Amino acid sequence: MHQYRLEKISKVFGRRQIAVDGVDLEVERGERVALIGPSGAGKTTLFRMLNCTLRPTAGKLWINGDAVSDLHGKRLRSVRRKIGTIYQQHNLVPRLRVVHNVLSGNLGSWSTLRSLASLLRPQGLEMAYRALRQVGIEEKIFHRTDELSGGQQQRVAIARVLVQDPEVILADEPVSSVDPSLATAIVRLLLDISQNTHKTLLMNLHSVDLALAYFPRVIGIKDGKAVFDRSPDKISDELLEELYSGHLPDSQENGLIDEESKSLIYQ
Amino acid sequence: MMRSPSLSSISRSEKSLFPCLFSLLFLVAFLDSWWRAGVRPFAFFEKEGREHLWKFLTGMFPPDLSWNFLSLMFYPALETIQISIMGTFIAVIVGFPLGILGTRTFSVGGVLNEAEVAGSLSRLALRWSSYTMARGILSLFRSIPEFVWAFMFVRAVGLGAFSGVLAIGVAYGGMLGKVYSEIFEGVNLRPLEALQSTGANRLQIFFYGWMPQALPNFVSYTLYRWECAVRASAILGLVGAGGLGTQIEISMRMFNFSEVLTILLILFLMVAAVDYISAKVRAIL
Repeated sequence: MHQYRLEKISKVFGRRQIAVDGVDLEVERGERVALIGPSGAGKTTLFRMLNCTLRPTAGKLWINGDAVSDLHGKRLRSVRRKIGTIYQQHNLVPRLRVVHNVLSGNLGSWSTLRSLASLLRPQGLEMAYRALRQVGIEEKIFHRTDELSGGQQQRVAIARVLVQDPEVILADEPVSSVDPSLATAIVRLLLDISQNTHKTLLMNLHSVDLALAYFPRVIGIKDGKAVFDRSPDKISDELLEELYSGHLPDSQENGLIDEESKSLIYQ
Repeated sequence: MMRSPSLSSISRSEKSLFPCLFSLLFLVAFLDSWWRAGVRPFAFFEKEGREHLWKFLTGMFPPDLSWNFLSLMFYPALETIQISIMGTFIAVIVGFPLGILGTRTFSVGGVLNEAEVAGSLSRLALRWSSYTMARGILSLFRSIPEFVWAFMFVRAVGLGAFSGVLAIGVAYGGMLGKVYSEIFEGVNLRPLEALQSTGANRLQIFFYGWMPQALPNFVSYTLYRWECAVRASAILGLVGAGGLGTQIEISMRMFNFSEVLTILLILFLMVAAVDYISAKVRAIL
């Protein structure tokens, strides 16, 4: 059974903003895949469909053999529980303390009552410590999350996924707000976790070097389409040039796309 | 990813008529209102108006600060505060659940509902009806003034403080619910999306995502409403719902303006005290 199977998946925002355009994809259990491509290519939207936040406008999506279009209520939540997402903007709750953000990885397995109790008196504090130790910011556990720097928040978000202990980790630009040396360390940490506990790992990366150096399978995404899908040694410079042609350098474009698509997505 | 729709230029030139039409409409409405509402800025300077004002003001001074009268006012003042506290309490009980249900991003739209309602018309219908119903009840509650509510509750539960409590509870519940839903609507959805993706249910998302983000505004506005409730509960006494208002009514009817001024001073002090307490609480958050 495939971890993920996508058949002509498309996502259209509003009426005609096509974010993902007919993607076919199969991912096996325990595979490690990097997705690269210019920002605004639809990688994030693809991830938001893979973690059952957005529904594809067209096409079919199976997770572990379950057709996502049939999932509602309790079954939908139990599928979500098995998919951990690390977001580019961390998506932590700013006014909560770090410990609660980390432990919120448990919400899918905790009862509502237990999660409420945890807000008053953290449940499973040792678990939170362990996760934070793995990302190296144990000492911040009782700080308010919005007091942390971008890089530290990114690591809290990773700790949350460690606590969640999912089958699949979707990491959407997990190293965009940390310095290069730490970036490599974080990518390797996620790869180790995937390897040691046989978790499927999908990672969006804007660093082509990291993708080619560490991942056995790399997918190029452009204009909502998968333009190549192969092992890194078969990816030529021409192919990469083609992938990024017609786009501004990453950093400049980011803000533009974000604001515009945000207003559509969050309306 | 970007294939942004370009607005047709034709519709834009049509739109430019609207501002003109609207300004004209506003001008007509304003002038007509001035005329019909009988706005006469010089009314105070006319002989009759001046005399009445003078009689009222001189009657007020000096305020009646005799121990006899003040001790008589102690319990009504206390009752006013108590009505406002219980009224606001009921208003929160009424407004909170309705406010949540009346939040679009919580009940029907956006990323938190997309996967849940997709491909299921019955779910969508259920969400929409609970949302619309909550909105409808809130509008009904707040469109009827608390004064009128008090009038009805005096008939229903009799003269006294409880009818005032109910009147404030219902009318303010409508206002609080509306503002709560606006506060929730303003909450950043990204963290909530992340909570949802861990498999959290709506209640868990509510307590881990919505509440922490909304809490400061939530408390702040509720305290402001409490301050308004102190004033309102004084007024409600005029229709027999207890508190200081009943005393104002009695003194007014007896033309004891010096007593009226005393009561107004007490009211002023109470509102100032409530304001002070609110500021302290806000500072903690």
